[in-house]
Amino acid sequence: MNNGCICCTVRGDLIRILEGLMRRKGKFDAIIVETTGLADPAPVAQTFFVDQDVQDAAKLDAVVTVADAKWLSARLKDAPEAKNQIAFADVIIINKTDLVSPEELREVEARIRGINPYAKLHRAVKSNVPLDAVLGKNAFDLDRILEIEPAFLETDDHDHHHDHDHECGPDCGHDHHHHGHDHHHHHDHGHGHGLKAQHDEEMQSLALTIDGEVDPNKFMPWVNDLVQREGPSILRSKGILALKGEDKRFVFQGVHMILDGDLQRDWKPDEKRVSRIVFIGRNLKEDEIREGFMKCAA
Amino acid sequence: MSETSLAQHVTNIEAGDTIVAAAFLGRTPVYALADGTLLYVDIGEEKRVKAHEDGAILVALSDGKRFVTGGDDGLLVATDAEGRSETIADEKGKWIDALTLREDGAMAWSAGKSVRARDAKGVVKNFDAPSAVRGLCFLPKGYRLAIAHYNGASLWFPNAGDPAFYEWKGSHLDATVSPDGRFLVTSMQENMLHGWRLADSKHMRMSGYPAKTRSFSWSPDGKWLATSGADACVVWPFETKDGPMGRGPRECGVRPRRVSRVAFHPTNMVLAIGYEDGWVLLARLNDGAEIFVRGERESNDAVTALAWDATGKRLAFGTKGGKAGVLDLPA
Repeated sequence: MNNGCICCTVRGDLIRILEGLMRRKGKFDAIIVETTGLADPAPVAQTFFVDQDVQDAAKLDAVVTVADAKWLSARLKDAPEAKNQIAFADVIIINKTDLVSPEELREVEARIRGINPYAKLHRAVKSNVPLDAVLGKNAFDLDRILEIEPAFLETDDHDHHHDHDHECGPDCGHDHHHHGHDHHHHHDHGHGHGLKAQHDEEMQSLALTIDGEVDPNKFMPWVNDLVQREGPSILRSKGILALKGEDKRFVFQGVHMILDGDLQRDWKPDEKRVSRIVFIGRNLKEDEIREGFMKCAA
Repeated sequence: MSETSLAQHVTNIEAGDTIVAAAFLGRTPVYALADGTLLYVDIGEEKRVKAHEDGAILVALSDGKRFVTGGDDGLLVATDAEGRSETIADEKGKWIDALTLREDGAMAWSAGKSVRARDAKGVVKNFDAPSAVRGLCFLPKGYRLAIAHYNGASLWFPNAGDPAFYEWKGSHLDATVSPDGRFLVTSMQENMLHGWRLADSKHMRMSGYPAKTRSFSWSPDGKWLATSGADACVVWPFETKDGPMGRGPRECGVRPRRVSRVAFHPTNMVLAIGYEDGWVLLARLNDGAEIFVRGERESNDAVTALAWDATGKRLAFGTKGGKAGVLDLPA
């Protein structure tokens, strides 16, 4: 904690260690930062966006959370850190699935989906997931923000899915786990019908769509003001937007108050120009955010 | 300084790895490389000494007689002008994060929260700081050590009792003490310097930097502190009893790139300034006159080391990308 604001907090110990590791640059492929079970992932992630030296030397690939299938439900009730770590994750490994019944597993997955419908889920026993499920995800890379919602996948972008992952939303009717090509995982498409994400009272995600373009002169000030005010309660944000008068897609991602946005590829001729944003956060002011976003329509 | 370029007086050296620090051992320029090697460059001959067999050098300083290096192997090693290495300490695999030397041969280093002070006779005293330590500096008078850490700095007499604590919220990185011993200055994570007048703990904030200050240098008369971290070398006045309080700094060597290293000449009011694009300039503090030493267009190879020899006739430099060199000032 430096100036006291949660959104600007970085991990000084991490900066020191990354600086030291850079003296061995070229002798390792990646750095895996393993936090304690009670750590808040945000300051770790923010270190990669706030500290210029770290930003010059490294980039954040993804936040991976390992959840215990047997105990996660209990921890979500009594440990706010557990909720943070689920909400913040890009990839969630549900481990020790051999210790729970199929019903219990579905319950755990529903709870996870209630908090974070956007992370990739992997079922695992003794964390037996392939390396490419957790490394090289580029989850914070703006060029890779293509998959914030299942409908996106079904209409386009299949050519961009080099890893053939399939992202499911809460109501997609699939069982909610990784559908990759590795064979440690079940491929029980269609067996999870009727599953609903289990709503969490405190931590939610909010996805909003404008069926068309937004006015950048309205949207930019609105989103900046929103994260300035609500940054402490917004853990992650993402968006793909069709800006009025712009041929390229505008994409952004954020961690608390820190927003990173840029123009990405061109909208394809047959692609529908829609604007969609997603927030994951604590006690989100849904009506206010919805109303604010809708006013940004062009 | 009638010439505008000293480039023809520069000897370039391929060091091969990031230069952590440079120093002169006698007349020989020596470069501490990230891969654990010390590179000695004599006329017509280069010699490499592996000071850390299986370690990267994290910190390196010289007192002119020996190059002291601390590694991620936990070793603190002193290597002399002949290339003879002696292991001073073994922190059992913990990284050596900070190091400072004293003219009488005393030294201090830190590994995580552990701070060790070793006097000239080799007696080692320990202190556990409240958090990991990033910066150390001996005070000029008495055997006393300034320790920069989280939320402030501690001043410790290794031979006496508990340290005095100087509080200021935030993460403090490097530490330096004015040559007259009146002021302690730390660089901070938040792109600013913090200072204390030691007599009364009065605070000084020196802000406005676009990047972190990671290099300090005091002028030979001790009245000015040159700093990196801006698009110029920012030089703070410390000659009055209030230090820089209420006074603005001078700026030398203004360029559209960040200053990464600074080194005052040992006898003249002249600064060697290294930039993040590999440029090195000399600048005179009084009138801001500049002379070019080295640099190319479109480079991102930051200067990471600058060191004058004791007489101020030669300047050694090194970069992140492993380019080293020596400037021999024309007579």
